[in-house]
Amino acid sequence: MIRKLFLPVLTLLTALIFIFRLLSLQLLNSSYKSLSDNNAVIESEIFPERGYIYDRNNKLLVSNQPVYDLMAIPENISQFDTLQLAKIINISKSDLKNKLSSAKQFSMKLPYVIVNQISKEENAIIQEKIWKFRGFYLQKKSLREYPNTIGSNILGYVSEVNSYDMRKDDYYSLGELTGRQGIERYYEELLRGVKGKKYLQKDRFNRIIGSYEGGIYDVPSKGALNLTLTIDLKLQQYGEKLLKNKRGGIVAIEPETGEVLSLVSAPSYDPNLLVGRMRSKNYRILASDSISKPLFDRGLQAQYAPGSPFKTLNALIALQEGVINSNTTYRCNNGHFYAKGKFMECHCKSGTNNNLFSGIFRSCNTYFANIYRKIIDESGNGVAEGINIWRKHLLSFGLGNYLGYDLAVGKKGFIPDASYYDYWYKEGGWKSATIISNAIGQGEILTTPIQMANFTATIANRGFYIKPHFLKSVSNGDFKKINEKKITSIDSIHFETVIDGMHEVVESGTARVARIPGIKVCGKTGTVENFMKIDGVKTQLTDHSMFIAFAPKDNPKIALAVFIENGYWGARWAAPIASLLIEKYLNGEVKRKSLEKQMLNGTLLAEYEKPYSGKPFLINE
Amino acid sequence: MSNSIIYRLDWSLILIYLLLVTVGIVNVYSATYNESFNSIFDFSELIGKQLLFLIISIFFGVIILGINIKFFEHFAPISYIISIVLLVGLFVFGKTVSGATSWYDLGGISLQPAEFSKLGTAMMIAWYMGKFQSDIKTPRTLLKTTVYLLMPFILIMLQPDPGSALVYSAFFFPLFREGLSFTFLLIFFCLLTLFVISLSFEFIETIGIIGILFLIIYFILKRFISKIKIWPFIITFLISIGFSFSTDYIFNNFLEQRHRDRINIVMGKKVDIRGVGYNINQSKIAIGSGGLKGKGFLKGTQTKGDFVPEQQTDYIFSTVGEEWGFLGSIAVIMMFGFLIIRILRRAEKQNNKFRRVFSYGVAGLIFIHFFVNIGMSLGIVPTIGIPLPFISYGGSSLLAFSIMIFIHLNFDANRLNEW
Repeated sequence: MIRKLFLPVLTLLTALIFIFRLLSLQLLNSSYKSLSDNNAVIESEIFPERGYIYDRNNKLLVSNQPVYDLMAIPENISQFDTLQLAKIINISKSDLKNKLSSAKQFSMKLPYVIVNQISKEENAIIQEKIWKFRGFYLQKKSLREYPNTIGSNILGYVSEVNSYDMRKDDYYSLGELTGRQGIERYYEELLRGVKGKKYLQKDRFNRIIGSYEGGIYDVPSKGALNLTLTIDLKLQQYGEKLLKNKRGGIVAIEPETGEVLSLVSAPSYDPNLLVGRMRSKNYRILASDSISKPLFDRGLQAQYAPGSPFKTLNALIALQEGVINSNTTYRCNNGHFYAKGKFMECHCKSGTNNNLFSGIFRSCNTYFANIYRKIIDESGNGVAEGINIWRKHLLSFGLGNYLGYDLAVGKKGFIPDASYYDYWYKEGGWKSATIISNAIGQGEILTTPIQMANFTATIANRGFYIKPHFLKSVSNGDFKKINEKKITSIDSIHFETVIDGMHEVVESGTARVARIPGIKVCGKTGTVENFMKIDGVKTQLTDHSMFIAFAPKDNPKIALAVFIENGYWGARWAAPIASLLIEKYLNGEVKRKSLEKQMLNGTLLAEYEKPYSGKPFLINE
Repeated sequence: MSNSIIYRLDWSLILIYLLLVTVGIVNVYSATYNESFNSIFDFSELIGKQLLFLIISIFFGVIILGINIKFFEHFAPISYIISIVLLVGLFVFGKTVSGATSWYDLGGISLQPAEFSKLGTAMMIAWYMGKFQSDIKTPRTLLKTTVYLLMPFILIMLQPDPGSALVYSAFFFPLFREGLSFTFLLIFFCLLTLFVISLSFEFIETIGIIGILFLIIYFILKRFISKIKIWPFIITFLISIGFSFSTDYIFNNFLEQRHRDRINIVMGKKVDIRGVGYNINQSKIAIGSGGLKGKGFLKGTQTKGDFVPEQQTDYIFSTVGEEWGFLGSIAVIMMFGFLIIRILRRAEKQNNKFRRVFSYGVAGLIFIHFFVNIGMSLGIVPTIGIPLPFISYGGSSLLAFSIMIFIHLNFDANRLNEW
């Protein structure tokens, strides 16, 4: 009986063992599925071409250029002439050998970059001969190209993602590009689009043998969008030219719309430096320049005391709080004693009587010190409330906080309040005279150039501003125009006297150099004291040259703030540069050639050398 | 014509046979598929050749069904002699493919005599056992049978094709059925156990383990048989150690590295998924990735990508597993189970010893192929290159097994037409 049953039972047992084995392989263990996918399915990603960037007049600012990576899959490489290949791709034989051995270490099956970012021209040569070298191929990539070498501070740049980026956003995988800084970073998702996926089936030699399952798992890519910026290419270009060999910033805004027409930061850099094979090397050079800081956007990030332009705001607050009217007059004797034994100088001649209008165009320190004391002392119940009311008005101009524009860098600036002084002087330990420097835009106040341009635009608009922004439209039309009016706490009737005063500044005041025939320009100069620590000693440097302006006086088209570091007084550099920019923007060309030449060729490099020379130096000469 | 053989045929077995060859054609098609296929009747393609052989096999089958049952008994020794001659002839006329001289090249179509010698040997063993004076319990019969088996075995080993040679162990089953002593079964299992232990452990550990096993058996037996003597145990123990030592010695000194590797991989002593283990690993991946329902006909990525070497022959079952999944795989396993058991059950009904032993031999041969081939694809048996009957690509194998099945069908249908 056992003899008869032996083989049938053995057969059944075998079948059972097989079924259990199949159960564990096919149903209980899911790792084989992914192993088989790793084996046989290549996931290839389709990247939409990164969006182009245009200026407000549809002039191309950023486009793409094709480059090629020479790739190798070690497994597929067969015997080849190393020397010949090295010659074609223009690297040394030993370099090529090193690359190949690290490729092998990386993986026998996966592609490895042998030479990256080969230019179009080199590619043409390599393409002809590459077929001789089995296992090597060229892979097309796309790099940014900047037809105009301007606006690097606005545009930003792109580079490969690092491990931090990949952790933060799992969209990215190794080797992909992402926007860094500027528009490239802020609008990364619009510019990059959404990559698609294509699943291809390969055989054991890694050859593609068709699409996987007829492409049912494929994900189509979503097109990248082109952006149109508010920037005016010509104005930006001109601004960058004017700031050559100077340090500082220009911010120009169209008051009616809040559109930023140009944002210049000097010194800057050619955006093409941060493209291609030399990117990381160039980046290191730029980032390590701690003196001229080319990566630092002075228009957005530099906080300066605003200086005399700030007087216009104090005038508006005084009017709004009713502590003065346009006829309130103060007498200036080349300055005045604001406290016992404390004298504030002014360039008004002794015995000058100034009302609001003349106070502005003469930039009279005495006048503004007096009205500032009235604001602090009289607008509220006591100095603490007074200063907080003053601060509230300033905040409504967008000072003391981020403006919320669409670039990723910025500074808040600073507007002190009562608690700030209570902290420093103890409660009740300070009076309006203690903080009198605020009257003339010195003291504790800090603003960024874009904040100054913005309050200038607010004055031009007679009491409101629209959040400054850089994006004008998106190629799919899906962009909501920013047009929310931020109305200040100053009634619009108070602006006219101040604007008249600012007009007079240009007509007969401190900034006559900024006068443009046929255009009513309103402006206000500033000369900002500044200090720097040299070997631990607080040292005063040459004043910053500052100018805010808008034009035309009625129906303004452009408002701007120009800041030239260590340029001495406002009318020396900032006012003429602002004036040239206005002329260029409104008239399309500049007729004042000698002024233009003087500004273009002018250099402050010697001035910037002074603190680093190690020798004693003179300022404001 | 109620007497016609048509009414007496085992149709369920024919159905299973037809199902299995269909599974074979479908999976060989998939395993050898590429985009440039014109037609499955293109005889320059593997699938075309396989189809041609299927047609030939069925043609032969029908002829066999029509042959008088007495013919086979007369023809048996002749078929064995032809087999041996063909095997010997290989050394002169054979074609060498990847190191083994196993084929006759007949202009585009190759024949593998080792496949036909399975048939010839089955006939010979059956014939000899069917002789009136043969009794496997006697040393004379045992010796003669051993010689009949060793002849083709050695000739095939010399090709060398150890996989096909190993297949001759299948004849243990009919011989055991016919009364081969239990001792052989016992010795076989003991040797297998010893073999596995020897390879799994160091020599000293092996001695310890064997020693403990012997002590346990000794004390258990002593409970039932009071007069048991100790010395046979000691002698067997020493023989075991000698065997174990020689196993180690042979393993380390006579086997080639690739054989050692194959055994090591199955015993889990070595993981090497790029080298020798590559085939097994890829086969397991293919089968494992099939899941419940499989990826579908021509959709197997492992199959399409040719990741599993020898997929249309030795590893055909991985295609089944990948494209037809768990359900398809157990269907194939159940078909084989049914086929083997069906043949055995019908063989038991044979009064004629020649026919019974032959049918039993056929079942044994199918069982060994089934066990080794699928076991190998599933990674539980070392890599031994033998085809899966009816399914693997290979005309000789298909034809030889088909002939065996049809002879069995003839025997079965004419069971009652004694003499």
